[in-house]
Amino acid sequence: MSESIRDKVAVVGVGACQFGENWDQSREDMIVDAAYEAYADAGIDDPQRRIEAVFAGAVYPREGSAEIAEALKLFGKPVSLVSDYCQTGTDAFRFGVFAVACGMYDTVLVVGFDKPKDRGVSGPSVNFDRVRGLPATPAGWFSLCAARYFQTFGAGREDLARIAVKNHHNGTLAPKSMLKKEITVEEALSARIISWPFGLYDCAAQSDGAAACVLTRADLAKTFRDDPVLVKAVSIAVAEHPQRDPEFDFLGWKPTQYAAKDAYAQAGISEPFRQLDVVQLHDCFTLTELLSYEDLGLCKKGEAKEHVAAGTFELTGELPVNTDGGLKTFGHPTGATGVRMIYENALQLQGRAGPRQVQGASLALSHNIGGPPTTCGIAILGRD
Amino acid sequence: MSGIPGPVGITAYGAYVPMTRLPLSLIGGRPARDGGPEKAVADYDEDAVTMAVTAAVDCLTGVDRSAVDALYFASTTYPLREKQGAALVAKALDLRRDVATQDHAGSLRAGTAALESALHAVAAGAHRLVLVVASDCRMGAPRGALEAKLGDGAVAFLVGGAPIARFEAQAAVADELQDVWRIEGEPFTHTWEDRFAVQEGYTPNLVAAVRALFGRSGRAPQDFAKAALYAPDARSLGGVVRQLGLKPEQIQDGLFGRLGNTGTPYALMLLAQALETARPGDRLLVASYGDGAHALAFETTSAIEALPPRRGVSWHLARHRPLASYDTYLRARGLDPKEWESGADLGLSATIRFRERDADIAFLAARCTSCGLLHFPKQRVCYRCFEKDAWEPFRLSDQQGRLLSYTFDYFFPASEPPTIMVMTEVAGCRVQVQMANIRPDDVALDMPVEYVFRKIHDAGGKPNYFWKASPIQ
Repeated sequence: MSESIRDKVAVVGVGACQFGENWDQSREDMIVDAAYEAYADAGIDDPQRRIEAVFAGAVYPREGSAEIAEALKLFGKPVSLVSDYCQTGTDAFRFGVFAVACGMYDTVLVVGFDKPKDRGVSGPSVNFDRVRGLPATPAGWFSLCAARYFQTFGAGREDLARIAVKNHHNGTLAPKSMLKKEITVEEALSARIISWPFGLYDCAAQSDGAAACVLTRADLAKTFRDDPVLVKAVSIAVAEHPQRDPEFDFLGWKPTQYAAKDAYAQAGISEPFRQLDVVQLHDCFTLTELLSYEDLGLCKKGEAKEHVAAGTFELTGELPVNTDGGLKTFGHPTGATGVRMIYENALQLQGRAGPRQVQGASLALSHNIGGPPTTCGIAILGRD
Repeated sequence: MSGIPGPVGITAYGAYVPMTRLPLSLIGGRPARDGGPEKAVADYDEDAVTMAVTAAVDCLTGVDRSAVDALYFASTTYPLREKQGAALVAKALDLRRDVATQDHAGSLRAGTAALESALHAVAAGAHRLVLVVASDCRMGAPRGALEAKLGDGAVAFLVGGAPIARFEAQAAVADELQDVWRIEGEPFTHTWEDRFAVQEGYTPNLVAAVRALFGRSGRAPQDFAKAALYAPDARSLGGVVRQLGLKPEQIQDGLFGRLGNTGTPYALMLLAQALETARPGDRLLVASYGDGAHALAFETTSAIEALPPRRGVSWHLARHRPLASYDTYLRARGLDPKEWESGADLGLSATIRFRERDADIAFLAARCTSCGLLHFPKQRVCYRCFEKDAWEPFRLSDQQGRLLSYTFDYFFPASEPPTIMVMTEVAGCRVQVQMANIRPDDVALDMPVEYVFRKIHDAGGKPNYFWKASPIQ
């Protein structure tokens, strides 16, 4: 790496629409809600003049970049649209960060959004456009690690249930989450099975949502607000397809391992568990959270279940993870999720997270892993 | 062209009976009991094509597939009216590109007709080795008179020189009567009153054909060790046996209440089962029925003792899983009402399927000729040594694999959810497939598996096929 991205770009405004089954909201409605909250957060009242470029992310876009430009009435300037599974939002953020860091723009908008609830089904789409690899659902992809991981490390569905209980609790403290309902381990274990070992409560909900942030040059950040958050690292890594990789061991996911190594190098982090104060990680399924503790280096491979039992990653634990309830309670409007995590981490770093505030948080990581899974995005933000 | 030297006949056989069975008592709403009458039914992911492929794989045990010159496929229930079944079966078997393929259809006599054609083709020198496959998956209307009688299955024979069963003679009669039929587009087979069908159709025709065979071959009834005779039911078979002067111990068990009348392959499956225990020098006769009747006579040779072991009919009959309910049967056969009827969409992209037919149908992986690593599906650049475009095909369908991981999916349409999705390792490469012939409780890490050709879904209103893993028993 010739030059680090660290401390060159600042997040000066964040926003998110209410996440949920937004039957009465169009994509335009959600994009506008998220972007205008971010504008207000950055003190921008003339976005058509101040926003020089837009970096958007959506997995189910309809009209290309025009959809975002039309919604926000941002014309005569570049709008880029990223679409790459679950790390879409983080990748849009990465493009925005690089565009500012290279000096091309002073101030840009990042917006992630998706609206899966117009499809007419509550569960995963049943795929009939091929014959190989079916059923091709995210639950099926991620659950393939379970049997081997469970056998190797003695983990089980109870460990997954505890993660669901934690995230459900955190979600009750986040105003914009969809699910605000405490659950018990027994409820999680007795729910109907979606794709073994995942029961209903092991899966992220389907929801509609949008989130946005305003980025600017670090040296301009304080002209927007007194407590800007700096970008310490942003990394994307693509790994071998776990269904083809002849060395895949079903014990961890390489995309996260690759991206974490790169992100920690960018941010100068050598002991992530000790140095990080808050983590939003991609709990598309409870097993994803369990394995990602290890893949992110927050604990050793095989030891995640002991930390789950000890409450390490609860709000009151040593390293709170998914402080807003994660994908579990916000749902997973795919393009929005990575930006929603940046929204939460910015609030945490600025001491604005209310009852779920992690005291004195100064370094926060967000993480997405997507595809079968093949790709990971990580962003690390820190206080000045 | 001239015939190959020496006798011509059957050089190998194979068979297939689906693992799933419908206890007949369930049709009438009564509980199943152990040992009660039942019939073999194709699982939800099986049809005449998948069963044909599996029977053919059994028949090809120990055979160099590149030696097969022709494939004749006989069925009255091949799902497509226009588009050849034999070419599909040949691709799934990874036979030579210049294999001669024919479909035989339209009558339950199609199976013996295909066998006779193969015998003549080899005798005439047109081909050296012909694979004959017969398969049917017929349905009687739910709770109708035929439903309890019909079963599903398939059989395959290789026809060539140096046979295990030398072809002696054949004889046929044709007749015209409307006793059993199925109209274009109809899912169910119909019959006229069964007393008419037996008294004017089945009995006189079968007797006439077999008597003609006795005449042509110069053999008498007592010369035959076993007779494999088509029969709509045990009682009708008894009548034919008496008229032909055969003794009960000469009759190959009709498997009534176990297999069911499998249609086109039926008498040939009984012949295959007779071959399982035949001794050199046994004379066997097989007779089929449908708008006339057709009989063939064989004499087994000493070569039968050297035939490599295979599953045949008996192994498959012993592998047994009763369906839990009549509803399960209806769902497996697609006879249950659905909230959404499958739309008249185009289905899978024909161009994508065309490009991927080596992987999807023939189940070919690719071996890197530089480092030896096996990939499925084929890649352009090797995962390990990064060599570009250095590949040779490697057939996975006759390899055994190992189960690396699994999940049970409750969303994918299946007659008995969940759909079991597994990651397997075969010859060092990873293949993700669904699993057949097993219940979730019996799935275990590292269990050995083989691969079976199955229907994956009906997108586009037509069957779409791929391979599944099956436990090795």
